[in-house]
Amino acid sequence: MAVLGPALLGLGALFSWAIAGLPAFGDYRGPYGLVLNRVVVPLRHTTNVVMGTTFDVRGVDTMGEEFILYAAVIGVTLLLRDETRSRQAERRTRRLPSDAVRLLGVLMVGGGLLVGLWLMAFGYVTPGGGFQGGVLASGAILLLYVVGSHRDYRPFRDAHALDPLESLGAGGYVVVGLAALASGTAFLTNLFGLGTTGTLLSSGSIAVLNWASAIAVSCAMLLLFAEFLETYVVPLEPEDTAS
Amino acid sequence: MSYLPYAVAAWICLVGIAGVATSKNLIHLAVCLTVTQSSSYVLLLSVGYVMHGVAPIFLGTKLGTPAVDPVVQALALTDIVVSVAVIGLILALALDAHRLSGTVDPDSLADISG
Repeated sequence: MAVLGPALLGLGALFSWAIAGLPAFGDYRGPYGLVLNRVVVPLRHTTNVVMGTTFDVRGVDTMGEEFILYAAVIGVTLLLRDETRSRQAERRTRRLPSDAVRLLGVLMVGGGLLVGLWLMAFGYVTPGGGFQGGVLASGAILLLYVVGSHRDYRPFRDAHALDPLESLGAGGYVVVGLAALASGTAFLTNLFGLGTTGTLLSSGSIAVLNWASAIAVSCAMLLLFAEFLETYVVPLEPEDTAS
Repeated sequence: MSYLPYAVAAWICLVGIAGVATSKNLIHLAVCLTVTQSSSYVLLLSVGYVMHGVAPIFLGTKLGTPAVDPVVQALALTDIVVSVAVIGLILALALDAHRLSGTVDPDSLADISG
């Protein structure tokens, strides 16, 4: 405590010094944002410049980002997977929530999944994208666990199905990059036909990479949930016979 | 012209660090770390803001309209993904620590060796 206070005060003072040297809020000076907002739409035929930046201008960086998530899932799996315990968990069941909770939950599962898929599909036209949509869709599926039973959720924590799908998403991204390399241009060059701006058939590789990351992110999140559910959140109450 | 958003980012960061340093529970610590990290989202988005700019989505918006910086928004996306990965690992480690020592208080973990 005696150390923390002065340390935070010092850090705060450094922050104040740094902020004093920044241009005022809203007084944007950097050239990159201004250039991208001008050139990405005509050059890449995507109306969402953020996606154009993520999957084209900074495509290699996003590939690394996908593998960060991949590595995190591997790490969590290695730390938590314990065969004997997960078999034990399989036998335990739990009390089901009330009808009101289940009805609300089912509506939220459907709505969340729909919005998630919409964010994925239209990511390069309107606000959204594979990462955001993937997280929302997998979160909606996790709600199924909260409002349903183990049996409803079981297909979504099957590592034998999720592992290859996640690899397909992460690997697909690299394959799109290598395809550009094989055709004689730089890694991750936008190869495919650019299509009509503002429609689903636009933006070339960005659309493919968007879907690859959507699959990878959804499966990565579901795998993370599955590992935590198997090892930790397995309630001990006997199943309600009423349902 | 205002510096308030930068000050908010600095404040969130400091509060988060204070929480991490004084935490008595590993799960609480993970939440505090998320708070600390979220200061970087605020900072990134405020740095890229253009006064009266629109979102950089040009569907129904004329090209050339002042829009905010898309680079920092893409960076914030990366930031969030990294934060999810880190939180997943920290929570897994917290579970392991609890399994091995029966406590989630980081101060009691100091005795663990090997």
